[in-house]
Amino acid sequence: MGFFLQLLVQGLSIGCLYGIAALGFVMIFKSSSVLNFAHGELLAIGAYIFFVITIWLNLPIYMAFIITFVGSFALGFLIERLFLRPMIGEALIEVVMLTVGLSAMFRGLLLVIFSGNTYVFSNFLPAWLNIRIGSLSISSVYTVTLIITIIFLAILGFFFKYSSQGIYMRSVADNQTAALSLGVNVRRVFALSWAIASIVCAISGIILGVINGVNVHAISRIGLKVFPVVILGGLESIGGAIIGGLFIGFLETFVSGYLSTSLRDVVAYVVLVIILMIKPYGLFGLVEIERV
Amino acid sequence: MENNTCLLINNISVVYHDVIQVLKGVSLEVKKGEIFSLLGSNGAGKTTTLRAVSGLLKPENGKVTEGSILFEEKSLHNQPPEYITRLGIIQVLEGRVPFKYLTVEENLRVGTATRWGKPYREDLDLVYHYFPRLKQLRNGLAGYLSGGELQMLVIGRALMAHPRLLLLDEPSLGLAPFLVKEIFDIVKRINEEQGTTIILVEQNANMALNIATYGYVMENGKIVMEGKAKDLKENPDVKEFYLGTTAKGVVKSYNEVKAYRRRKRWL
Amino acid sequence: MRLRLRPCGNYKESYKEELPIFETDFGRISSLIGLILLFFVIPFVFGSYNLYVLNHVAIYAIAAVGLNILTGFTGQLSLGHGAFFGVGAYTASILMTRLHVPFLPSIFAGGVSTALVGLVFGIPSSRLKHLYLTISTLAGQLILEYIFINWESLTCGASGIILPKSTIFGFDLQTDRSFFYVIFIFFVIFLWIAKNIVRTKYGRAFIAIRDNDQAAEGMGIPIFRYKLISFAISSFYAGFAGALWATYVASISPEPFTFGLSIEFIAMIIIGGLGSITGSVFGATFITLLNEALSQGIGYLMNLKAFTGMVTIAPFREFIFGLVIVLFLIFEPKGLAEVWRIVKSSFKLWPFSY
Ligand SMILES: Nc1ncnc2c1ncn2[C@@H]1O[C@H](COP(=O)(O)OP(=O)(O)OP(=O)(O)O)[C@@H](O)[C@H]1O
Ligand SMILES: [Mg+2]
Repeated sequence: MGFFLQLLVQGLSIGCLYGIAALGFVMIFKSSSVLNFAHGELLAIGAYIFFVITIWLNLPIYMAFIITFVGSFALGFLIERLFLRPMIGEALIEVVMLTVGLSAMFRGLLLVIFSGNTYVFSNFLPAWLNIRIGSLSISSVYTVTLIITIIFLAILGFFFKYSSQGIYMRSVADNQTAALSLGVNVRRVFALSWAIASIVCAISGIILGVINGVNVHAISRIGLKVFPVVILGGLESIGGAIIGGLFIGFLETFVSGYLSTSLRDVVAYVVLVIILMIKPYGLFGLVEIERV
Repeated sequence: MENNTCLLINNISVVYHDVIQVLKGVSLEVKKGEIFSLLGSNGAGKTTTLRAVSGLLKPENGKVTEGSILFEEKSLHNQPPEYITRLGIIQVLEGRVPFKYLTVEENLRVGTATRWGKPYREDLDLVYHYFPRLKQLRNGLAGYLSGGELQMLVIGRALMAHPRLLLLDEPSLGLAPFLVKEIFDIVKRINEEQGTTIILVEQNANMALNIATYGYVMENGKIVMEGKAKDLKENPDVKEFYLGTTAKGVVKSYNEVKAYRRRKRWL
Repeated sequence: MRLRLRPCGNYKESYKEELPIFETDFGRISSLIGLILLFFVIPFVFGSYNLYVLNHVAIYAIAAVGLNILTGFTGQLSLGHGAFFGVGAYTASILMTRLHVPFLPSIFAGGVSTALVGLVFGIPSSRLKHLYLTISTLAGQLILEYIFINWESLTCGASGIILPKSTIFGFDLQTDRSFFYVIFIFFVIFLWIAKNIVRTKYGRAFIAIRDNDQAAEGMGIPIFRYKLISFAISSFYAGFAGALWATYVASISPEPFTFGLSIEFIAMIIIGGLGSITGSVFGATFITLLNEALSQGIGYLMNLKAFTGMVTIAPFREFIFGLVIVLFLIFEPKGLAEVWRIVKSSFKLWPFSY
């Protein structure tokens, strides 16, 4: 029973992590219909910026967070400007291939700079976040993941529901021509969604780094997990991304807990293929509002 | 150019996909503060003319190849929509396109995009003043509105942008006659109370000419006729083709007019 | 017989005249000369290393042509081509080592089994828009990688399989030169088949699906069936090439068949030109040569004292492939095939080019 609870908590927080990572992906997809295959690399870049600042430059944690966020925001913005914008109007499949190219490029670059080694953060989380309930002990990383997920969901939810810029972003996702006709700056919306997505990625990258250490291969592999997550959640829905993330998180922890650890990395994709066979638009996809 | 000219289109040609020529030398002049009506059958190029003004040709892969478009002496020639909307030209798209997954009020807020960051409460109240129905529906998803409500929504959304020139594309399309009348009345009021210049594209020539001061008739990408609204209404050709009355003045049955319209919609 | 030379303008009067592969006898003659050079001159003047590189070019070109039929012609993106290449390689290896199946049936079985595996990942997604095929082939890539490593009783896991000597019709295939003949005969056949597929009913249906699937369906093209056909053809090419590769290098392990290889294939077709069979060959040549140049360059660097132990090839390769994909997509999306066409047509019009 204790083991089960342990897995449950772990699955919950890994799931939250996948969920936030997928949020960034969904955001880009919603606004510009681009499937971003460089997602894992965005996670990794965030983690490495944070790593360089805390370990190599030895700056305090809060500085590291600020710089990582500003850096990721700028990076997302730049990626859109330099690589995606020239592709506006091209076939979707070419844009997708472009992100595949970006992914190889970034991964190669990170490997050239940091090589394939795993770097470990000194655990900077305060000890009181290690929670013990009876026989169940929850390590601080998992507590923090949960807290951060909740905070992030609240912030993003607020941003998209109430802020003007958030509403403009949703309008572009909804109907681009109509948004253009009202003077919404669609290119700014694209750039902004890349920038915000890249911040969201940095957050998940940092947490992943704290859990497993920072390693290019490992993090970019985890980046690919967004695909099962978002397919399960239905590609377009933010809530779906979180639920999909939780599902995959639980699945993986239980499979590795009760079946085999090596199976853990592939089970999500098996589920993905099955879902595509039986419920193609995801378990929680948007109900399409159709009118003629 | 006279001082009260709002929009001056001079001899423009428009080409889609670099090969399909749609407009062949269209010229028109729109005076400040008035309602102008642009009539014509399906495929005449009315929507294309509006797109040329509002900058929405580009996403459709169209281009203005010749001629000039001046709005208050500023050239709009192939400018992006972000620029044109900021000058105060807002196009209300044909076919009432809402943001389906946004609520009514969120839809209206998108209308503030041209002046992002400025307060918008009063504008919301103004829209609700013209369209009280929208106020009741404000928290519902726009995707579930009825046709008439949608039309109110898209006009209201455009109003939020403080338009100086409003381009309305077939607001009466597929609406019940009493609703059409209601909407046209409101359009007229907006024009009078807000001083908004309006170009009204219509198939429903009768209604359009009732509220417009001046009218243009398009055929095949050219302006074939123009004149004061009341003169056009008397013109035998216009009567025959657009008003559904024969030369003898017998009104054809409403059914026939509608059938004709529906048939031509397919083109 | 009158020799048909290239007309100085477009004088075609019917669609039929658009169809031939060779528009002129000049084209036929130059291809014939090319074939003679290929089979009777090159194997004798090139050394073993050059033949080794050429053989790789041809193998990759076969796989790349397959991917181009799917991506360039049908508008579907596969991210699992690298693993499919691996499926062919493993099938042939397992057949040859366990069941002692001869060379030829083994490599054909490699192609067929890959086509079947491809269908498993193609079926769920062909019903949907192309994005889903991309995602399901990504899943295919990762699942297959897992199987290569972990199904040890079948694939021998990470330690890999050593293949026996291949023989064909009693001849031993050992030298690079003897393999050169086998590989290039298949290369020519498969290219010819591909050219013929894309100019017939199937090719036109693929292109219609790529350009507008809804309209294609409206015109009565059963898009589900054609997407699957295209996917099966593409997987067959990948598997066949993989099988050929396995028998050529004579030892395989899971290592080469990663996501990185899939990306390499994508790079090939983008660089060569989407929707161009000849382009795929250019792309395969470009990438293979780039690979060789990189390993040479890095090898040189590693021998320098200052860099010892600091550089490995894989990251550079990845970076450069990514960069090349991105640059080609942004600046020359039609790839080398377009460059080649421009060069050719400037010759064609010479001396009256404008
Ligand atoms: N995006 C486009 N690409 C190609 N051709 C187009 C495009 N949009 C319009 N056309 C063509 O331009 C012509 C004029 O179209 P337009 O939409 O301007 O007509 P309209 O007068 O608004 O007709 P309706 O009353 O049906 O709305 C039509 O023949 C149409 O086929
Ligand atoms: Mg129209």
